[in-house]
Amino acid sequence: MGSDIRKLSLLLLFLPFSLWILLLIILPHVGMVVLSLKEKVAPRVYEFGFGNYIDFFMEPIYWNTLIRTGLMSLLVTFLALLIGFPVAYYIAKLAGNRTKGMLFMLCLIPLWVSDLIRAFGWILLLRESGIISSFLLSSGLIDTPIEFLYTDATVIMGLVYTVMLFMIVPLVSTLDGMDNAMIEAGYNLGGNGFTVLRRIIIPYAMPGIVSGCIVVFMMTAGSYLTPILMGGKNSSWFTEQIYDQFISRYNWESGAAFGFLLLAFTSVVVWLGLKLSGQTLSSTVAKS
Amino acid sequence: MKSVLSAITASVALSLASGAQAETLRLLTWGSYAPDNVIEMFEEKYPDIDVEVTYSNNEEMIAKLRATGGAGFDLAQPSHDRIYAAQLEFDIYKPLDLSQIDTSNMTPKLLDGVKENATIDGEVYAVPHQWGTTGLMVNTAEAPDVKNWGDLCDPAYKGKTSMRLKRTILLATAYSLGEDPFAAYSDLDKYQGILDDVTEKLIECKDNIKAYWQGGDDLSAMMLSGEIVASESWDSTAYKLFGENPDIKFVPPASGALAWIDTFVLPRKGKADDAAYKWINFVLQPDVVELMSASTGAIASINGAADLLPEDKKAAVNAAFTDADIDNLKFFANIPPGVEDMEGKALEKIKAATGG
Repeated sequence: MGSDIRKLSLLLLFLPFSLWILLLIILPHVGMVVLSLKEKVAPRVYEFGFGNYIDFFMEPIYWNTLIRTGLMSLLVTFLALLIGFPVAYYIAKLAGNRTKGMLFMLCLIPLWVSDLIRAFGWILLLRESGIISSFLLSSGLIDTPIEFLYTDATVIMGLVYTVMLFMIVPLVSTLDGMDNAMIEAGYNLGGNGFTVLRRIIIPYAMPGIVSGCIVVFMMTAGSYLTPILMGGKNSSWFTEQIYDQFISRYNWESGAAFGFLLLAFTSVVVWLGLKLSGQTLSSTVAKS
Repeated sequence: MKSVLSAITASVALSLASGAQAETLRLLTWGSYAPDNVIEMFEEKYPDIDVEVTYSNNEEMIAKLRATGGAGFDLAQPSHDRIYAAQLEFDIYKPLDLSQIDTSNMTPKLLDGVKENATIDGEVYAVPHQWGTTGLMVNTAEAPDVKNWGDLCDPAYKGKTSMRLKRTILLATAYSLGEDPFAAYSDLDKYQGILDDVTEKLIECKDNIKAYWQGGDDLSAMMLSGEIVASESWDSTAYKLFGENPDIKFVPPASGALAWIDTFVLPRKGKADDAAYKWINFVLQPDVVELMSASTGAIASINGAADLLPEDKKAAVNAAFTDADIDNLKFFANIPPGVEDMEGKALEKIKAATGG
């Protein structure tokens, strides 16, 4: 009797999660797979086939955009790690208890505002008639207004800003669990700051680094608003291609295929990253 | 327990009863095409109809209706060139009962034009509502020489012009190169040739463009701040800015402004056809047209509609158009199957090019 109740309560506890996964993740994806394998031959006539995937590889614009998106996302991930690590280290190890909470809060607060508003904030700052340009102009540093928007550098900066928190949080939580005695021992045994960082702190923080990088990379490669709003005339982002296929060209079949190609591409990059750095998911993400 | 049950039954009965009484008209339309004062007047005249409005654009309207097979809305307003192919491909509209619509006061040229574009197997799927044009918006104090589409690529205005990277600019550029793209729609090989020239021209032009605008708001911001001095633009956007800075004028390009007509269509699974017909007839009454045009800046498809524009917009229109310009208007032709792909590829090429 007792075990029946336990089984039932387990089942009931598990139900919302499994329904969520099944109805909102698995089923729509199955629908998209089916959609991506339909080829349009005439109005309202479709045939089963891999034409939409073949189109992607035949048209250099598509895979160039995907590779470009991938490379820029890697750069964003690297920059976010570079900037986020010292911040996380300071919050976890150097700050006192009260400052710690406050600093964490400061990282969180920008997240209370939607992506869209934050992107518009950057636009107000950076546009040719915007705040930074007019400030430089009035202070006499420049003679003609400068357009800071619409460059790849702006897009990368905007993306790093958007995803920073998702790098800092896992890093802080791993570094928090590190015993200060380990660092002291490193110094006692004659290591300098760099050796201690390389041999002790980074290996210990590896689970946080890997999960942070995976989350940041996935979010960046799948982001839409920031690249579109801040990118201007030369920025091609793969999500924009997917949107165009779905909405502007009514070509849902090819849009669905592109969606899966993006998923496959990012998964391969993550897998490669794990292989090259000699990590596995179970030794890193599952631990952090 | 019993009282709870009876309470539930009562409330269900009540909601059923009120459901039968109040009808909801779910309208899928463009921003500013359903101003609050017009909705209030309509609900006053027909107290048993609630109006629910969703704002959208051509592409999203069709995507929304396609996703549901034409359910979820009772009346939609795509442009006249988005009826025929969308209906053939996705079967999302239902034929109109023209006897329910008062067409006596509609501008015959527009009504016939839309009917011609939106008739399939003898059934008419759309009637016109408002029309307007796409042309050039120019700050005449800064850029007095911009007269045609190609002038957006004039190096004299390097970094100070803009356009929207959609099919409109492809067609416009084709006209400015002396071609007739709509005539070539019947010969797709020839059209591909035209598109290749247009693509080359627009890639060369890319270096001259500051940014491609996405909607009326970012275009207005760039124009009013002086960051750009000339751009492709909808006439209504230009008229609005004329009120803030009289130097900003709408200029119909020498090769002809492109004209669109926004229409009324019934989605295939719409549930309130009667209310939809009432709305169509209501908003085409002259006194309502006046309120509507004040909000949209577009001209209604009824006789004498230009006189129903508010004073400031009338001044802007008169500053922009001569009769010769009106005769030179190029109305969008139906998009035959396959052309969207060709045009989409051309746009992708331009977007991906690294700039001249």
